[in-house]
Amino acid sequence: MNDSQRFTKTTFTQKKESREKWVKVLLFMVTLMMALAVILLVSFLVHKALPVLSLNFFPDIPRDLMSAGGIWPAILGTIYLVVLSLMVAAPVGVMAGIYLNEYAKDNWLTRLINLAVINLAGVPSIVHALFGLGAFVMFAGLGESVIAASLTLAVMTMPVVITSTREALSAVPMSFREASWNLGVSRWQTIRGVVLPNSISGILTGVILEVSRAAGETAPIMITGAAASITFRQGETVYYLLGEKFMALSYHLYYTSMGWKVPDKLPNPETGEMVPMTQAALEYAQAIPYGTAVVLLGVVLLFNSVSIAFRYYLRTHRKW
Amino acid sequence: MSAQREHAIVTEDLSLWYGDFQALDGVSTRIRDGVITGLIGPSGCGKTTFLRCLNRVNERYGNVRTEGMIDILGKNIYDDDVSLIELRKSVGMVFQRPNPLPISVYENVVFGLRIHKRRSELSKSVLDQAVEEALGEVRLWADLKDRLHDKETDLQLEQQQKLCIARLLPLKPDVILMDEPCSALDVEATTAVEELMRSLAGQYTIVIVTHNMAQARRISDDCIFMLLGNIVEQDRTEDLFLNPKNEKTADYIEGRYG
Repeated sequence: MNDSQRFTKTTFTQKKESREKWVKVLLFMVTLMMALAVILLVSFLVHKALPVLSLNFFPDIPRDLMSAGGIWPAILGTIYLVVLSLMVAAPVGVMAGIYLNEYAKDNWLTRLINLAVINLAGVPSIVHALFGLGAFVMFAGLGESVIAASLTLAVMTMPVVITSTREALSAVPMSFREASWNLGVSRWQTIRGVVLPNSISGILTGVILEVSRAAGETAPIMITGAAASITFRQGETVYYLLGEKFMALSYHLYYTSMGWKVPDKLPNPETGEMVPMTQAALEYAQAIPYGTAVVLLGVVLLFNSVSIAFRYYLRTHRKW
Repeated sequence: MSAQREHAIVTEDLSLWYGDFQALDGVSTRIRDGVITGLIGPSGCGKTTFLRCLNRVNERYGNVRTEGMIDILGKNIYDDDVSLIELRKSVGMVFQRPNPLPISVYENVVFGLRIHKRRSELSKSVLDQAVEEALGEVRLWADLKDRLHDKETDLQLEQQQKLCIARLLPLKPDVILMDEPCSALDVEATTAVEELMRSLAGQYTIVIVTHNMAQARRISDDCIFMLLGNIVEQDRTEDLFLNPKNEKTADYIEGRYG
């Protein structure tokens, strides 16, 4: 072989190198298409929602049989759901995850619990809804209410939190724990001082996923307490008691786009006489589901970015 | 062909940056063909970086910039017509921790062949012969001939490291790069791998990074002492250890810093 031809492509290598290029292009194109799909989805929603998207849409109550006004009660309901279900699912899930990963011995009971957790994560949400109806609404006597729906969501999302907590914990190298144990540090102190600080971002990722699911799920809340519409008086402060029915973005979106027709006539507030809707009012009413969808996306995004910011803070400061 | 060639690897003014950090600062050297060259120097001096330049595997990690020339067996490996696939086929690497692939002993040895040869060329007898030759060359054949289809994880570390060397051989490499190949091994295993390296010298050009002065002395023919991304001294191993010309070299090999 001539030295100048050393390491140059043979026809056989040529084939492999061109395949290498094509694979890279293909993977990039697929990734790009996925990103495009997301952009298209969001811009489609925003475009359709344009007639309602104004600063009045968020803090206003629904009016004129939900064909006008805003969606503040639904936003508030979703915030209730997310916060309440998170308050239950996050601590319980994380604690169970810590127990299972750090303390539990590998015996039949642990394996049984693991199996149950994995299967629970795979149960369809409508089945959780039925469970919530039986357990919280009827058996516990909470009635159709914010608290019953939140607890149902908490049960639904807990397995995800447990699983992701366990994954985050088991990603912490065993040598960290060994180093700590061999300085006479107790198990809990090791978890608190070494394991958790190094796994907190993974754990929070699981919680973030939980938030998005809790905010978006419709099935579990439909039969445990969400109301299609609740009439609020003009100027009244909107709030829910834990035992009350409530409105939520996901169900509002479902109801306004599926079960509900835009009324073609509305009563005149002064005379009570039925008058046809104007073109502008009709367009507004038809855009409400899209506006709701945009707000739902926004709420999820907001919760997520708060968690991500928190996670970033913990990662960069890492002293707690 | 290699008989007429004096230097297998020649670098000129080789510099490398990881982002803003300069790891190699104008390294120029000639590495003799068919002998074992030891690379010594304190941690962070650029030994491993230099080694990884020689088959351009550094480039796989992002944020790396290289300047200068590396000539291997008469060909500049930064030439446009150089195929990384072909280059890495003939410049193999052995790592610090044995890293056999999680497949059987047999499949580990023929892994490269299966990739680099057409399927029609790979009859069972060709593969069997390649395995026997490669394992024979690394002195594993006697131990493993009845366990060829065991998983690599059943092997001892020493056997795993020898297997990692053996899997390079069916591709008929010219150069074998070794990055502290014995640091995960015990004394006996180290001796065995060192003997193996001695037996491979002559057929292959071997460049070995080591932190172990005694090892460098035992196995290498030539030795390069590096400091802060540059070569301080390069000589026949005997001369370098007995009569270091540079004060820093003397200090290092006497263990005054490390």
